Amino acid sequence: MKKEYLKIDKVVGPLIQVSDVDSVFYGEVVNIVEIATGNIKKGKVIKIEEQHVVIQVFQNTSGLAAGNSIINFTGESFNLPMSLDLLGRIFNGIGQPIDNGSEIFSAIEANINGRPINPMSREYPRNFIQTGISSIDTLATLIRGQKLPIFSGNGLPHNELAAQIVRQAQLGDDVDEPFGVVFAAIGVKHDDEKFFRKSFGESNVMDRVVMFVNYADDPIAERITTPRCALTAAEYLAFEKNMHILVVMTDITSYCEALREISSAREEVPSRKGYPGYMYSDLAALYERAGMLKNQKGSITFLPILTMPNDDITHPIPDLTGYITEGQLVLGRDLFQRSIYPPVSVLPSLSRLMKDGIGEGFTREDHAEVANQLFASYSKVQEVRDLSQIIGEDDLSQTDKKYMAFGRAFEAEFLNQGADESRTIVDSLDLGWKLLAMLPLTELDRLSPENIEKYFPKESQVE
Amino acid sequence: MAVIEQNQAKGIISSINGPVIKGRNMVSFKMREMVTVGEKSLIGEVIVLEGDIGTIQVYEETEGLKVGEVILPTGRPLSLNLGPGMLKNMFDGIQRPLAKIQEVSPIFIPEGIGLLSIDEAQLWEATITAKPGDILLAGAVFGLVKETEVIQNRLMVPPNLSGTVVSVVPDGSYTIKDMLVKLRDEKNDIHELKMAHQWPVRTPRPTAYRQETLVPLITGQRIIDIFFPIAKGGTAAIPGGFGTGKTMTQHQLAKWSDADIIVYIGCGERGNEMTEVIEDFPKLIDPRSGKSIMERTVLIANTSNMPVAAREASIYTGVTIAEYYRDMGYAVAMMADSTSRWAEALREISGRLEEMPAEEGYPAYLPSRIAEFYERAGSVQTLGGDEGSITIIGAVSPAGGDFSEPVTENTKRFVNVFLALDKNLAYARHYPAINWLESYSGYIKILSDWYEDHVAPDCIELRNKMIELLYQENKLLEMVMLVGEDVLPDDQRWVLEIARIIKVGYLQQNAYNKEDTYVPLAKQYAMLKAIEYFYEKGRAGLKLGIPTSQLKNQEIISAFIKMKYTIPNDDLSGLDELKNQIDSYYDALFKRYQD
Repeated sequence: MKKEYLKIDKVVGPLIQVSDVDSVFYGEVVNIVEIATGNIKKGKVIKIEEQHVVIQVFQNTSGLAAGNSIINFTGESFNLPMSLDLLGRIFNGIGQPIDNGSEIFSAIEANINGRPINPMSREYPRNFIQTGISSIDTLATLIRGQKLPIFSGNGLPHNELAAQIVRQAQLGDDVDEPFGVVFAAIGVKHDDEKFFRKSFGESNVMDRVVMFVNYADDPIAERITTPRCALTAAEYLAFEKNMHILVVMTDITSYCEALREISSAREEVPSRKGYPGYMYSDLAALYERAGMLKNQKGSITFLPILTMPNDDITHPIPDLTGYITEGQLVLGRDLFQRSIYPPVSVLPSLSRLMKDGIGEGFTREDHAEVANQLFASYSKVQEVRDLSQIIGEDDLSQTDKKYMAFGRAFEAEFLNQGADESRTIVDSLDLGWKLLAMLPLTELDRLSPENIEKYFPKESQVE
Repeated sequence: MAVIEQNQAKGIISSINGPVIKGRNMVSFKMREMVTVGEKSLIGEVIVLEGDIGTIQVYEETEGLKVGEVILPTGRPLSLNLGPGMLKNMFDGIQRPLAKIQEVSPIFIPEGIGLLSIDEAQLWEATITAKPGDILLAGAVFGLVKETEVIQNRLMVPPNLSGTVVSVVPDGSYTIKDMLVKLRDEKNDIHELKMAHQWPVRTPRPTAYRQETLVPLITGQRIIDIFFPIAKGGTAAIPGGFGTGKTMTQHQLAKWSDADIIVYIGCGERGNEMTEVIEDFPKLIDPRSGKSIMERTVLIANTSNMPVAAREASIYTGVTIAEYYRDMGYAVAMMADSTSRWAEALREISGRLEEMPAEEGYPAYLPSRIAEFYERAGSVQTLGGDEGSITIIGAVSPAGGDFSEPVTENTKRFVNVFLALDKNLAYARHYPAINWLESYSGYIKILSDWYEDHVAPDCIELRNKMIELLYQENKLLEMVMLVGEDVLPDDQRWVLEIARIIKVGYLQQNAYNKEDTYVPLAKQYAMLKAIEYFYEKGRAGLKLGIPTSQLKNQEIISAFIKMKYTIPNDDLSGLDELKNQIDSYYDALFKRYQD
């Protein structure tokens, strides 16, 4: 059932209003055809009030006028064709190919909004993914099926870190299990997109990557659909085709800003900092699409990247994200300034799923204790540093001096590693023990006698 | 579901805006009435009536709805089917069993599955205790059903009914739809009593009267039981930014609280957390019943990606189920994780209604809604003459971790226990990250008699003394930050040492350690008493002029730090040995100094 209308009542930013419309449905996809050129723009019904319909247009609305376009209601929801041919392809934010390749044809179509996964159908994620990065593997372990965002700031090397994770992460239990990467770029600079494309090429995964790209100069309404298209593709590959999918998404901040812009165009009541009150639910609808299912092999591991405005972790975007995701990796500017790569600020970083995915049978029996002790000791380092700022390092007690030395070594040897350096979890844990041995044994209250007996480096045991 | 009569008025959808729709021709609809919307029969609730225009919040995804589709009334407000079959089960925000939804759709939750509720086909062994001629008042028990291994479901006359028993069925197997007892009321009308009855979620179930709360809810968590106890029938809030361990704390409470029934509401939280509960709880054994803790647990899940209107309802669904079990005379503990998501759902709906916002976009009625909710807690005399209670423990997720935001602020006004979670403690992996300086319990006075009778006469005194030490430490640490520890006088350094033992050895509790995840009160007290003993011993040493550096015996301190693991919950003799160890070491030390 197709319906066509000629008259646009109102154009506000990315929204247009059409009147005297009937029998369209909420969420229906609309094609807007410019009569003179034949250009087609896509849109979606986001509000129906009696005979008035508000349409969110995914492309630029400039040029639209009351009588120059035909509004064509398609009678369909926003669906994307799904097939294995998606792999290796590049699409824009509404799922149209932009790599000069052909359209995807498939009998299988999926609504990009997805549906909530029944908690009864979920499998609780437990499998450790080794990223080869000591700070992540040891202290904020990534688990297959987890959603773990990178909280970054402008200018920090979050893209390098994400690319390194893609390169080094061992997603499956063995090499036979198919894996893939779904990459969504939301409002990113052309440079950033090129960087990722190059790095996927270098690590020879390009034919396993599906890319959805919305550049910084692309229309903002398309930013709303970019992550949804990407996650729909990820769901298909993971849950229909049994692949282990890593979804990398950057930058959530651009997404939220688009959400705010549209909300303001809709004249909605704003909540904190002008962001709409439903931003939590909206973000959850994205993040919660990660996970694993019972009796299914595939998985979606989700690494969204967001840049914290003004490095403020209490800003609504990181704040709401942190409440939904299963932890966060926080990058610190001070570490970055001191040339430590990756500058993972370990104290505020956290992996909520780590507890069930580490230890005997997953990584090593001492993992939890080492991680705990490193956290506790490094947290003490911060206190000692504050103190030394005031009274000077020379006047610190003997123990505190050892903490200062431990802190420096921890940052230089444990946190710091090469962009191509991949360490096994055993290496990372051993390194942790080596560093902890710089402290007096009496300070190590999180380690059990059995593990100290077994792993404590013997030669450095000087009291 | 009620049968809809043909001639009944139908509403016509006139506008759609996310989960909020409007309909025309709705004069005959009632406020708060449950309705079905559109061809898919989505479930909704009337929230505004204005002339013949009605506004409806829809509990399911509205994509695909069209203007002109019909809205049908059900003739009753949003209600639950209260009967056996709720324990061990997980429901969505409007009491639809997720296991049954899974049968319809194996992975995702579809819309338009209709109103499912507790299992109508399952047979229950019922014992009918009422006899013909008995006069049954509202809330009286007329039969018994063994709902799970540990919980006896007492079949009650609904709160709005009373009368004389006309006839009863013999004991045997029945479903929740079978008639069990015929009751004649004052007007000579005959009512059929079944195992289940309907109750609207937004109406608190009536009780005979409220009574004082005099018994603590024992949780096995040291910082709660000894430092900030929650009374049975009381209210508590656990606010904390993300990553501070709200859910972890709520899970611990749901696992180990000594309530008869646990209602756990995952309100707008992570799907995996509910999955974790379903996987973990059946494996855990309740220390009191010796059976799986799932036998006494009802789960409500409206995860963050499920429809927002049902999130608003999930809190009421949970508390109504809690009231149902309370009316049977059980002590119910209800965990709501997180009430902030519920408040945000209110805000979202309010925004769509274009209501005038108050603070941070929240509607002006937020405080009164929070108050109404927490006031459904309490210790009561039930209509049936038993004692029952509901304890509500609500997690709060303050935006930006800032406790001055509207939800935390207003919650603080209506709860008596405030367990403030602290980001810095969480960063140092001090769990539970409950800040002992900011938290408080308004029940200390009321419960002190109980603690004196059941734990030890000096229990509260000891607690106060130890908290005092922690306060002192806080002051001293400020000083240390300026001048370093070495400059402090010896007695103050001893306070720092003891405070560290309290923090690391006592307040930190390891949820993943078998021995430490749940600790009986006797051990909780004995541990603290031992620390006090050590403290006093040291003070005696200080009087003799012994410096703190000499008093610090690493072996003893490390025994204190590890006592939570090394001393079994059922054998506290290790603490006596520790005391002997202290005595022998310090007596020798003192002797040297006295000579």
